Parts: sequence; structure tokens; C-alpha cells
Amino acid sequence: MLALLVFIPIAAFIAILFGAPARLTAIGAAAVNLALALYAAASWHCTSWAFSVPVLAKPALNLAFGFPDGMSVIMVLLTAIVTLAAVLSGQAPEGRDKLYFGSSLLLSGGALGAFAATDLFFFYAFHELALIPTFLMIGILGRGERRAAAWKITIYLGLGSIVLLAGLVWLANLTGTFDMGKMVAAAGGIEPAAQKGIAALLIVGFGTLVSLFPFHSWAAPAYASAPAPIAMLHAGVLKKFGLYGLLRLAIPLVPDGLQAWLNPLLILLLGNILWVGYVTVAQKRLDLLLGNSSVMHMGYIFLAIAALIAMPDNPLARSAAIVLMFAHGISIALLFGLADRIERSTGSLDLADLGGLAKATPALAFLFGIAAMASIGLPGLANFAGEVLVFLSAFKSYNGTTGLGPVQLACILSIWGVVISAVYMLRAYRNIFQGPVAGLTAGVPDIPLTDRIPAILLIVTLLAVGLYPNLLLNLLN
Amino acid sequence: MPAYYLEALTVTLGIVLLMAEAFVPSQSKGWVGMAAAVGLVAILGLTCLAIGPDAKPAAAWAHWPLWNFYSFDTLARFYKIFALVSTLLVVLMAVDYRTILARFTDHPGSESGTGEYHALPLFACAGMMWLASARDLAGAFVALELVTITFYILVAYMRRNVGSLEAGVKYLILGALSTGFLVYGIAWIYGTTHTLNLDVIGGLLHDGRAEQIHRTPLLFGIALVMVGLGFKIGAVPMQVWIPDVYQGAPTPTTAFLSVGSKAAGFILLMRFLEPFLGSELTRKPVLTLLLILACATLLFGNLAAIPQTNFKRLLAYSSIAHAGFLLLALAAWQPFAAELNSAKVVSFYLATYLLMTLGVFFILAQVRIQRGGEAISDFNGLGKTNPQLALALTVLLAALAGVPLTAGFIGKFFVFYLAVEAHLWWALGIATLAAATGFYYYFKVIRAVWWMPPPHDTPLTLPPISKACIAVLTLLVLLFGIWPQPIWMLLQ
Repeated sequence: MLALLVFIPIAAFIAILFGAPARLTAIGAAAVNLALALYAAASWHCTSWAFSVPVLAKPALNLAFGFPDGMSVIMVLLTAIVTLAAVLSGQAPEGRDKLYFGSSLLLSGGALGAFAATDLFFFYAFHELALIPTFLMIGILGRGERRAAAWKITIYLGLGSIVLLAGLVWLANLTGTFDMGKMVAAAGGIEPAAQKGIAALLIVGFGTLVSLFPFHSWAAPAYASAPAPIAMLHAGVLKKFGLYGLLRLAIPLVPDGLQAWLNPLLILLLGNILWVGYVTVAQKRLDLLLGNSSVMHMGYIFLAIAALIAMPDNPLARSAAIVLMFAHGISIALLFGLADRIERSTGSLDLADLGGLAKATPALAFLFGIAAMASIGLPGLANFAGEVLVFLSAFKSYNGTTGLGPVQLACILSIWGVVISAVYMLRAYRNIFQGPVAGLTAGVPDIPLTDRIPAILLIVTLLAVGLYPNLLLNLLN
Repeated sequence: MPAYYLEALTVTLGIVLLMAEAFVPSQSKGWVGMAAAVGLVAILGLTCLAIGPDAKPAAAWAHWPLWNFYSFDTLARFYKIFALVSTLLVVLMAVDYRTILARFTDHPGSESGTGEYHALPLFACAGMMWLASARDLAGAFVALELVTITFYILVAYMRRNVGSLEAGVKYLILGALSTGFLVYGIAWIYGTTHTLNLDVIGGLLHDGRAEQIHRTPLLFGIALVMVGLGFKIGAVPMQVWIPDVYQGAPTPTTAFLSVGSKAAGFILLMRFLEPFLGSELTRKPVLTLLLILACATLLFGNLAAIPQTNFKRLLAYSSIAHAGFLLLALAAWQPFAAELNSAKVVSFYLATYLLMTLGVFFILAQVRIQRGGEAISDFNGLGKTNPQLALALTVLLAALAGVPLTAGFIGKFFVFYLAVEAHLWWALGIATLAAATGFYYYFKVIRAVWWMPPPHDTPLTLPPISKACIAVLTLLVLLFGIWPQPIWMLLQ
């Protein structure tokens, strides 16, 4: 059954290739997929979701999908929601809509495959499948310095994937299987030296994919020049693959190895939150600002992962990471979608060119305001739930007699990041929507209904999770 | 039907076509290639009827002394099919490449001088098929020379083109040199073991007589033969000819060299090494030598490919790089008895390599014909003018780079798997680096195809044969990337 979820977008991609109406097919496939994903989330314990076809006898490989736990369900849900929003809000350039919608679907299919796969081989393979349309689309339909940005993301993520592959093959060799469930069951026997090596490879490999400092510099230019649905899908969904991989494989399989790298990881994640945070404040264009902010927010999720490493039975940290992954995915997709809308109506994303847009487009200003608040972490929206859980989980391992540990120190420092993100988000909002009306923004039509629907879809999700986080937490228990 | 009928039929077909081409007056020579293709398909069909003496011990032919020189097992069948399929595709490619051939032969503009080009690949094919079965070094040498001499002609075929002539001379001189190495090595092996038959050598090394063999001269002979075969497969230190010859030769010949000739070299190398790797006497040094060759080949092929701007030359370096991966599978030797053995992995890799490489060469030939160049910049904007062709090229190049869900990834995956089992950590590091580099230079072409503006808006028009071949090869690359079982079944 789960295979259907993966193959619907791929089949729709092929249909578009052979002449089906691109936008309609894409929306149809995404809507069907969202319905399927919701149904799956409601009944994920049911064994009939699992799917497995043998591909090779030795080494044993299966094309297998399944829900090992609630984390996969949440990621699949996230993908389905963002995909629908992305294809609904995207507007293809003249004559390129096959390419535009087709590759969005391929990206979505790859992400769904990676999150639903229970076999290491296909877990990796589907992620790569999703990367290729990302690279191509940035290079073909991107804006600004598209070729340089696309080449940079290709090289960074290509290298990251190969480092990751080395780590995964090593793991598979030590555990003797490619079945991720069996791997976790056979985890005990990995010796400390190997654990340390594998953990380093996985942190660098997955870390590059998630734009962990200092492997992050591909992200902002790529997102800034990517076409809207690609930015939404990559920043919102596909990037979470690295975090998902760390939680799914690294934490259960090489806990001691990760422990050895805990302090360097904390320093890197502070680099994400503080360094990239200040870089974000200095941005003069909305797209680069959003790209950098997405890099910055990865730091919080890494903080939750670090808390989990420091205390493997930390009950909060895992949920915190997953809720924040979900919330960030939805909110960044919303922001990129709305930024694309602003650019389409005004023709610029340069903060200096914009101003007073709220007068002409009150609805757009309202929607963007909610998205910006979500990104800052205002209570009532999903990001708040995630961030609070992260900070709380970092203090779970607090020991009163020894005082503050490295995780707690990192947490205290990273709370400063909340202030930083308030600074840049509010400043951007003020620059774009308030103040005197700039030349470009005068007489701009407000956001049309077709663009409101995807934004509202995402905002409703953010509100639902923010007001009642148990929607997700129940899936995890 | 005894298996050697297949070679006999192929040679007969070649001779008949050569004579027919000489005596039948016709303007276009395309029919020679089509007739060769039809004949090859028929022979391909006959491979499933071919049997060795074990299958039919009562038959009169089963007692021929020929079977001392010739074996027929799963690997032999696989490589015969491999030779036939690659020749078939090359012959078809040549049919579409006639205009370029005609421009650089006797009478520019007329096809009168191009007929042999379509028939000669059949002789090389027969040689490769015999190599797949060779169990005697003398027989193997003769078959190898049949392949090499045919290639001397095919490489230099465009005699009014300086590049092709230069390639021909280089190939001739270095080919002769490598033949020298090979014969010299065989002589040393004969001198120490008193036999040319690989089965006998294997037996000799296994039983008690191994102590009587002098180790040093034997190893010297093995090393010489490996160097000689290194020329065929494009391994360091005999790789220097590859870029120039690949670039200068007519594109179908280049495709044939990089697929057929390489596969023939590998099957012979595996058959040759098998007895020596099975014996404690020679196992260690041979494996060390293989490992050094593999690492050097991987590094050279991949690093030298980075700065290339000519696509054909890039493919030449990529061919060296793939030879490095294949050698790594041999350096992580698992004997034929193992379930996942090196021979199977090499064969699987070569099969996927055939699909991807020939697909790319089909596209390259058309770009050469219609855009007049072979540089990477000649592929600019293909995504805009021919989106479907560009998609096919992207899939094929991604497969060469080893992107998952394509056949190329599964091939590399097996090589890495073997290397991990053999604990070749350093080599694995180099192979990882090599794969990363490959990713870079193949994507350089993909970048040109999709991101660069086309020089003009006229799309390439693909002739039906090339179109069908490219479509089939691309789909197979995708299919085997998810479901590799069909190739695997041929190897069981």
C-alpha cells in the first residue's frame, strides 16, 4: 500500500512527460497523495501498509516500504502537505510547465520513498533520486546567479552523499544486513573504534545534507535562486532527510561514537544558530534571508539531537526534534511560497526596493505575518511547541551536583538565537509591508484566491500542531 | 549444437558480407550494416542452443581435441552474448554514422569506400567470442590478435582524417608493444610450468607438484601478461593510448573499443588469473599487483578526466576510471565457487557499462553528425531543443556516475561490497574519492545540457535506428537499476 504513495508522484511525472496537462496532473497527484497520507497516519499500525519485493538474493536487498515508527508517518505527512502546497502555489514560466511540475513531483516521490523505505539501499537511493531534479531545476529555471548556485549545491550535496554512502556501507557491513529494522536489532556488537569512524562519516554526510555549519554555504544561494516549489520542497522536506537519517540510524546504531563527537557537534550547531543567525541579520534580500534562516533553524534540531546523544533515554529530545522538523518544514515552505508571491507581484525581493506593501495587499501581509511569527516561534504556532520541547529536552540531562553540562551551555547560548530570528524577521516584515509605499509596491494587486489556498493549508497545519501538539506527539508514543 | 559453431557462423557471416560488399554495386552501404545486424541477431538467438561436451557426451563432436582449447560454461555464454550485443549495437551505430565515414574515405561524398567498415566488426566479434571460451594461452593469444588487428583497421578507417590516422598509428605501435609483453609473459609461464593450458596450470599449482615450480620466473611471466592485458582493458600503466585513440577513431569504433574490447580483456584476465589466485604460491603477490593497478587506474582515470572539455576524450578517461573499479573487484578476489564472486561482479558491471556507454555513444555520434563537434559545449542547450534526448542523456550519465536507482549504481555497489568484504580500506577510500570525482565530471556534461543556452534553436533529428537504440538502452539502465535480476540470471 505504501508503495502507492511513492509511485503516484512518479507515475504522474511520467504522465506529464508524455503529454498529460502538467499543472492539473500535479495537483491531482498531490491531492490524492495527501489523502492517502492522512489515511495512513490514521491507521499506520495496520500491517497492510508494509510493502516488500525482493530485488537481490545476495546481498539481500528488498524494495521495501513501511512505517517502523511514528517518525516516518510524520515525515510522510509533512511531504504530502508541502507537496500539495508547492504545486498549488507554483506558477511555471511560459512554456516550461512540464519541467516545472514534473520535477516537483519527482522530488516529492523521492522524498516519500526515502522516508518510507525500510531498506537502507532504497532509503539512500530515493533521496538521491530527489536531489537530481533539485539540481537541474535550480540550474534551468532559477533566478539570479542560478548556474553558480546550482553548481555549488550539486557539488556540496554530491560530496556529502558520497561521504554518507561510505558510512552507510560500513554500517551495513558490520551489521550484515540492509534491512534497517534488523540493523537496529543487531546494533549491540559494533566496537567503539568503528562506532567513532561511522559516527564521523554520518555526521559529516547527513550534516552536509542538512546544511550543518560549516557545510552550509550551498543552502542560501540555492534556495534564493531555486524556483518556488523546489525551494519549498527542498528546504521544507528533503533537507530533513539528513536529520531523519541521524535519528533513524545514527542514534540507535552508533550511540557511543556520537557521544565521542558530542562537543564538536555542539560547537557546530552553535555555529548554525549564532554565526549564521548574524549572517541572516545582515541580508539585504528576502530570499537570501529566508535561505539563511532555514540554515539557522537547523541548529535547534541538532540541539535536540545532541540532547538525545548526551542522554539516550531522554524522553523529550526525540519528540522535540521531530516536532520541530515538521514545524520548520511547514513554516519555511510557507515563507518561500509567499516570498515567490511577493516577487511575482512586485518584481523584486530586495528589501530596499520594497515598503508599505500592506496597504495594497492586506491579505498577503497578514499571511506573511503569521508565517514570520511562526518562524520566530510565537506561542500557538507549531514552531513554538518544537522549540520549547528542544530547550526543555536539553535540560533533561541536567545534573544538579555537577552543574551545567556542555549541552545545557549550548542550549543557553542558543536561546539567544530566538532573539536573532525575531530581529531579522520583524525587520524584514517592517521593510516590506510597513513604512512609506515604495515605487514597486504601489498599486500591486492582493494575493489571489488560488494562492491563498496553499498558504491557508499550511497555516492551518501550523495552528493545529501549535495549539494541540499531541496530534504529532500521539503518533510518536 | 556445439558452441564453437557460433564463432564459425560469425566469421562466415563476416566473409560473406565482405565479398558481397565488394561485388554488389550499390550507392549506399547501409545495407551491409543492416545485414550484419540481422545476422548477429540470428546468432544471438542461437546462443541458447549452444552446448558444451558435458551436456551431450555421446555426440561425435564431444570427443574432438578442440575442447582442450575451448570451454563452454556460464561465463563463456555470458561473454559471447556480451560480444554479440555490443557488436550489434556498434554495427547499428555505424549505419547512422555513414555520412561522416564517407566524408573522410576514398571519394568524399560517396559511400563507395565505407563498406568494409560495416563487416569488419564481425571479425572482432568472433575473436571476442573465442576469448570468452579460451582455456589455452596459445588459442587465447590468436583470438586476441584477431580482435586487435581488426581494430587497427577500424581505428584508422577515416584515412582522410588526420586524427583518425594518428590514432591508428598510436594504436598500432602500442598494440604491438603490448602484444610483445603478452607473448613474452606467456613464454615465461610456459618455461616454468611446461604447459599453455590454464586448466593444467591450475591442477599443477594445486597438487604436490607446486614446490617444483620456480616462483620468481612464474610471477615475472604473470606480471608481463597482466601488463599486456592491461593494454586491452585500459589499465595503468598501459592506459596512455586511450585518450588519443578514443578521440581520433570513428565514434562507433571508439564505442566498440571501450565496451567490446574491454570486456574481452577482462574475461581473458579472469580466466588467466583464476588458477594463480587459487594457489598459495602466487596468490598474495598477484593480488597486491592487482590492487596497485586498480588504485593507480582509479586515480589516473578520474583525476585526469576533471579538466577535459572534449566529451569523447572525457569518455576515454571515464573508460579508464571504470577499468579501475573493475580491477578493484578483481583485487578483492572471491573465487568462482563463492556465491557473490568477483567474476560475477565484473560481468555484471560490464553489462551495465555496456548499456550506459553505448547509449552515450549513440547520442555523441548524432551530436557529432548534426552539430559538427564533440566538445562538451556542443551539448549546450540540448535540454531546450530536445528534452527527451536530454533526459535520456541525463539518465545515462547519472548511471555512469553511479547515481542510485540506475544500473550503474548497482554495479559500483557490488564492487564496494566485495572490497569491504576483503577489507581493502585504503582502496575503498580511493574508490570513494574516484566516485566523487566521477560525479563531478559527468555532471559537467549534464550542466551543459540543461543549464546552457543552445547555440541555435534547431533540434537534433534522430534517425529511427539511433532513436530506438537510445530509448531501449535508457529504459534498460533504469530497469536494471531497480531490478537487476535479469542480468544476474544470465550469470547463474
